[in-house]
Amino acid sequence: MGRRILFITTDQQRYDTLGCNGGTLGRTPVVDRLAADGIRYERAVPQSVVCMPSRSTMLTGQHQATHGVWMNGVPLPVDAPSVAALLRESGYRTALIGKAHFEPFMDPFERFNENRLATLGTDTLTAPQFGGGVGPHRGFDHLRFATHGATGWLHYAKWIGAEHPESVNDYYAVVDADLEVNAAGFGDTGAPQVKHNPIPRDWYHTDWVAQRTIDWLDGLDAEDDWFCWMSFPDPHHPWDPPQSELHRVPWQDVELPAGYPESAAERERLLDDKPRHWRLWYDGQLVSNYEAPTHWVPASMTADQVREVNAMNAIEVELIDEAIGRVLAEVDRRGWTDTVDVVFTTDHGELQGDFGLLFKGPYHVDGLMRLPLIWRPAPSAAVEPAVVTAPVGLVDLAPTFASIAGLEPSEWMQGQRLPTTDADAAARGIDQQLTAWDSELFGVGVYLRTITRDGWVCSTYLPGAVHDGTEGELYSLAEDPLQQVNRWDDPSVRGIRDDLVAQLRASLPPERTPALELEAPV
Amino acid sequence: MASIRRSQRIAAPAEQVWELVGDPVRLPEWFPGVTEAVVDGDQRTITLGSGIPLPETILTNDPVTRRFQYTVTGGLFRHHLGTIDVFDLGDDTCLVSYSTDAVPDVMALVIGGAAGAGLRAVKQRFEHEES
Repeated sequence: MGRRILFITTDQQRYDTLGCNGGTLGRTPVVDRLAADGIRYERAVPQSVVCMPSRSTMLTGQHQATHGVWMNGVPLPVDAPSVAALLRESGYRTALIGKAHFEPFMDPFERFNENRLATLGTDTLTAPQFGGGVGPHRGFDHLRFATHGATGWLHYAKWIGAEHPESVNDYYAVVDADLEVNAAGFGDTGAPQVKHNPIPRDWYHTDWVAQRTIDWLDGLDAEDDWFCWMSFPDPHHPWDPPQSELHRVPWQDVELPAGYPESAAERERLLDDKPRHWRLWYDGQLVSNYEAPTHWVPASMTADQVREVNAMNAIEVELIDEAIGRVLAEVDRRGWTDTVDVVFTTDHGELQGDFGLLFKGPYHVDGLMRLPLIWRPAPSAAVEPAVVTAPVGLVDLAPTFASIAGLEPSEWMQGQRLPTTDADAAARGIDQQLTAWDSELFGVGVYLRTITRDGWVCSTYLPGAVHDGTEGELYSLAEDPLQQVNRWDDPSVRGIRDDLVAQLRASLPPERTPALELEAPV
Repeated sequence: MASIRRSQRIAAPAEQVWELVGDPVRLPEWFPGVTEAVVDGDQRTITLGSGIPLPETILTNDPVTRRFQYTVTGGLFRHHLGTIDVFDLGDDTCLVSYSTDAVPDVMALVIGGAAGAGLRAVKQRFEHEES
């Protein structure tokens, strides 16, 4: 019997939405307690700021250049390495409950495994899978999938369609009639992707994910070692929490976020200081990626809409915190608390009003790049609580899970196990993180490579639809925590820029060839 | 309108590859997630893995130029044109191209993305399973 692992992820959650990270809008006492008892990372960085590449990094422990999932819509190969498979081979029971998204969702052909499993109505161990194989899917021998809303092919959608069909349409319609990300708003302010959702809380996907996790844990033997990835679809848009919960954070009382200048002129000045695609998107002249609504112009967003989005987001964060509390109570009831490591993080952030923008895209700033990451080691391991400021990444999770299980990291893993202190990070040379963005949408290509190191975040652009390859961004994280002053062309820091760019180029892993094909929008 | 093209060079004679990809009934043999194709004259109805039926009209089926064109007449499409070309490269290899033009734009990527996987399956079939 070893240490068990409860790996908790959310989707598109900002660093500053947790109380332990200074957030004040939503209450997160459960995760705050994990942070107090464990290690809180102040500079956790994703290797990609969109779902599929980032989640593929978590599973494989590889950069996107290596696992090859360069954008949403590129499926992770079914034979990609998996830390879940590694743990399973060493005797762990393994489960993934909630949002996976290693394969595209938009799949009317129902040709991807994740979309077929619920239709097959089986667990993975005994059922012939699409492609003819038999066995666990990506190393998980129990899978229950959910995503945003109640339509589609996944387990949650089928469950609510069977048990509560009257609530299927309670959710916000994520896409519009053209299958683009919906720009409509059905809250109080007309903010996109907001709706008052009449669904009872018990039927909402956050509580469904928690309950399915509890059910799976209930079925385990007391002596089992287990790895459970509990993956909440929230607080990713749509922002449509149960309307019974809206009283928690009245949007009218929400202070505007520090990253949102209320003056349009100030927003435009800040955007004009950055590479062109920032302002082009703000003005509605360029949509570079599917993840942002095509029919929405960020410049049209009002301050009240920013308030409402932030309020709805905070409500969803609170519901997740309470759901985690239920699961931890079950872990405790089973007598496992002393031997369970809990890791909490997300796949990437959300702009949530910064610079007058929402959602995500090729914008490597803290809204998307600074992640909540908490590791509460099993109390039996007697690891001292700490705060780590060294840059760590989601690429470091897989070797961390291996380490918890007493395994050597596999040769295919590219990160390092998470440091437990800054001294540990320094001793092992953990001092930088890499992030990449590649998107190609109907002829518009955008490509970034970014390094976070020495208190700076430095992005270079490759030639693309609106870039000639000379553009860049350089921000001092200490002096400019909102990344409002782009120092790429500042001669006083030219040496820093040159060093960072050289380090970036020396550190990037080679790109997988041939590149995997984009097979769906998302 | 959006336009998506996927292609594969295949180490097999053009006429052999055309026999497969130019036959409208044989689509389920290589296009992922298509479980059935029923042809009646110039009308084809395919059934997707999700159970969704899609009616189509065959516009071109030219064995001389090895071009197959069709349009989806149901579903969400306001416009659709699918074009499969098989080009003889003269050395017992061929180039297969599958183009999808569609409105809404997103559907071009949904169909075109699956077509790319389909062409990889065709390449696998001719280069590894039938050799």
